[in-house]
Amino acid sequence: MRGVEKNLNKFIEAGIRVVGISVDTPAQTRRHMVQEAGYTFTFLSDPKLETIRRYDLVHEKEMASGADIARPAEFLVDPSGTVRWRMVTGNFFKHALPEQLLEATKSLP
Amino acid sequence: MKRINWQIWAGFVLSLVAAFSYPFVFVTWATTREFPWANLVLFAIAFVFLFLGLRRAFKPDKRIVSKIFSSLAAAFGVVLLAALLFMIYVMGSWLPASTGAPQVGQKAPEFALTDPNNKPVTLAQLLTEPVNNKPPRGVLLIFYRGYW
Repeated sequence: MRGVEKNLNKFIEAGIRVVGISVDTPAQTRRHMVQEAGYTFTFLSDPKLETIRRYDLVHEKEMASGADIARPAEFLVDPSGTVRWRMVTGNFFKHALPEQLLEATKSLP
Repeated sequence: MKRINWQIWAGFVLSLVAAFSYPFVFVTWATTREFPWANLVLFAIAFVFLFLGLRRAFKPDKRIVSKIFSSLAAAFGVVLLAALLFMIYVMGSWLPASTGAPQVGQKAPEFALTDPNNKPVTLAQLLTEPVNNKPPRGVLLIFYRGYW
């Protein structure tokens, strides 16, 4: 996330809208991600895990938080709504890095 | 005159650095993340210091307290290494399989969620509203654990 924010202008120049989705409520996201951490891209809240469940990304009773949260995953969606690239990591420490995401955006028309 | 066993302290501090630098520092770069070689190098250096410190503490003129302390410090270093490897290779893979997640070529399921200002936002909107004053070439959805 931090690396994506640092490279955000490259995503914007490439015409890519970056969107973070988590179980945090809008108030939590506003406080922690926007005000405290200074993130500037779009954040969306899914506290009831409706979208996270529809994408089959629910991590039930995740150990560190003890809560149902989203597992790390990244999807690059083209304007028609089709997934063009994705990374659904098998290891928590190996989610997509900003350079991998930027490389993936090159595959879009 | 009593002198501090700096080797054991250096080994102790270095093994802490070697363990905690993975999740906080080395995970940031692909080359140090895929295989934690940088952390293993740090551990190797830490173990050299721990070994030197142990050898010094077990000289006959040293007190039993230094022998006990340095043994604990060395054991702690080994435990930290094991914990790091366990964290990366075992705990890191404790994730759901997510076999139903959208595949490449499939439609991304539509959604309507709320932004930090409590404004509803749909995927359709994200895909059409301009980026850099032009229609977007794509939307990157990043699902993350959230603040906790």
